[in-house]
Amino acid sequence: MTTDMTTKTPEAATEPPPRRTPKKKRAAQQSHRRLLTRRDRITLALMAGVPTILHVALVWVTAIASIFLAFTTWDGIGFDSIKWVGLDNFKQLFNDNPQFWPAVQHNVIWFVVLILIPTPFGLFLAVQLDKRIRFSRVYQTAFFLPVVISMACIGFVWQLVYNPDTGLINSIIGANKPGHYIDWIGDPHLNLWAVLIAASWRHAGYMMILYLAGLKSVDPSLREAAALDGANEWQTFKSVIFPTLRPTNTVVLVVTIIEALRAFDLVFVFNKGAQGTELLSILVTNNIIGESSRIGYGSAIAVVLLVISLAVIIPYLIATFRKERRA
Amino acid sequence: MSSTTLPLKQRAPVRPARILLHVFLAGTALAWLAPLLWAVFSALRPYSETSAKGYVSWPSKLTFENFTNAFQQSDMLHYFGNTLIIAVPAVLLTLFLSSCVAFYVARFDFRVNLALLLVFTAGNLLPQQVIITPLYRLYLLTDLPGITASGKLYDSALGLVLIHVAFQSGFCAFVLSNYMRSLPHELTEAALVDGASVWRLYWQITLPLCKPAMAALATLLSIWIYNDFFWALVLISTGENMPITSALNNLSGQYFTDPNLVAAGSLLTAIPTLVVYFALQRQFVSGLTLGANKG
Repeated sequence: MTTDMTTKTPEAATEPPPRRTPKKKRAAQQSHRRLLTRRDRITLALMAGVPTILHVALVWVTAIASIFLAFTTWDGIGFDSIKWVGLDNFKQLFNDNPQFWPAVQHNVIWFVVLILIPTPFGLFLAVQLDKRIRFSRVYQTAFFLPVVISMACIGFVWQLVYNPDTGLINSIIGANKPGHYIDWIGDPHLNLWAVLIAASWRHAGYMMILYLAGLKSVDPSLREAAALDGANEWQTFKSVIFPTLRPTNTVVLVVTIIEALRAFDLVFVFNKGAQGTELLSILVTNNIIGESSRIGYGSAIAVVLLVISLAVIIPYLIATFRKERRA
Repeated sequence: MSSTTLPLKQRAPVRPARILLHVFLAGTALAWLAPLLWAVFSALRPYSETSAKGYVSWPSKLTFENFTNAFQQSDMLHYFGNTLIIAVPAVLLTLFLSSCVAFYVARFDFRVNLALLLVFTAGNLLPQQVIITPLYRLYLLTDLPGITASGKLYDSALGLVLIHVAFQSGFCAFVLSNYMRSLPHELTEAALVDGASVWRLYWQITLPLCKPAMAALATLLSIWIYNDFFWALVLISTGENMPITSALNNLSGQYFTDPNLVAAGSLLTAIPTLVVYFALQRQFVSGLTLGANKG
């Protein structure tokens, strides 16, 4: 999804030629500039301007509008009906909305589960598949398949597994007869975990691919040195390989947090975010497509989501770009 | 596959461990595919049989009937068409616009470079729900009489294309600018001295060198945009105008009335992504990790 999948940090899979020093580069940029004609300058302004305006208008202006609207009430029709209400929306959200704190809790659980179970498992698979092993590509394809399929489709596929009457699990364990029914989708004590299994199923493959790429860039001589020193497989991994995977670990952490905040499609298809599976993203969306759309209130929920996201995104990007500048 | 060149220096004594590993991997891989295989199995069985014998039972008849029914009853072709109308322009435009920004940033302005990239990348990492409330209002308030069928950005393919482009260009601009910066500067410099225009520099000299990165991004974008569920769910109101992935949600109550049809219908929507994935696996994976492994 969109989802989703966003791994940043420079570097190319197809190795480009080595970089030049920044100093030389800057000089080159200046010499570039001096040679520009008027028409060139206009072309350049358009090339940089049009995409920036589009991106800023649709992504950043709306994000900032979310912050602004969170402190107002508005019927959505005329701009003159926007009324400033201060912190009212947030007060209501924190104190009166029975779905808000469960949603926050579920987003946290979502992250904790993803980082503790499928992420290490993906790393484990990557380490195994990185040993030059037969059929490695076949295994990789199997584990990675769920990442390619849309979350919506995954939601439907897992419904077939969990359906209380006709699903795979209940049919096998005989829980589809009245009396000893297990409602994986409807029971608020079960449904979050059921949907998290589906989410983990997908996440593990994604993490495996990220770690495989990270492992490929580990210097083979490190491994040889460790082997010469008599380290066993676990020792080599723990003290030599894992520490060199730090950049990948950072990406994995950020991706996992973002995935936990973005979680939406799967739950929406699964049970529309009914009791037990509320998420912040679901609350925002229900506020728009539901009967009683309250713009200010919905924006307040979005602001909570925005603050958490930016708390993760900004430090990460600053660190990345700082490294970039030094490179 | 690496199977043909089994490494020479790898030790012989651990054979049993290798076999164990294969058993483990094969078992896990099968378990991983199980939900999908279960969906395929359900989709291949007639509803009458499964309702009589239960879903976990030996099949006496396997047919593609559910697939053809799901495809025809729901007029799926129409929804695939909707997706095509949205995804093709969105992918092309994203690549074009983000390569423009990347070119500018990589070749002409190092100072603006970081700030601009920061804005683009951070925007791309935001959850979509953060911006949806104002975006939804903006789309409702933007009147485009005569340009879109709905007369607004809301409920139009154009609206979806724009938000896809705006959102995805962050990631692409970032990747492409890093890629372009690693290309030798002498190339563009020489051309510039020879009097080539900036446009030629971009179109005829820089872009052809970026083909590998562009191919990877194009594969990735096609799958992401195809798989998008959320934008269309909120920004399209007419069921008829929905792209296939979002339409699935409506179709499943209306036309896919039994689990076998639901299975068939949802598997059908996965086919295009699977085809792209199997055909362009290398591009897809390299696109995804295009960046994830700066060592």
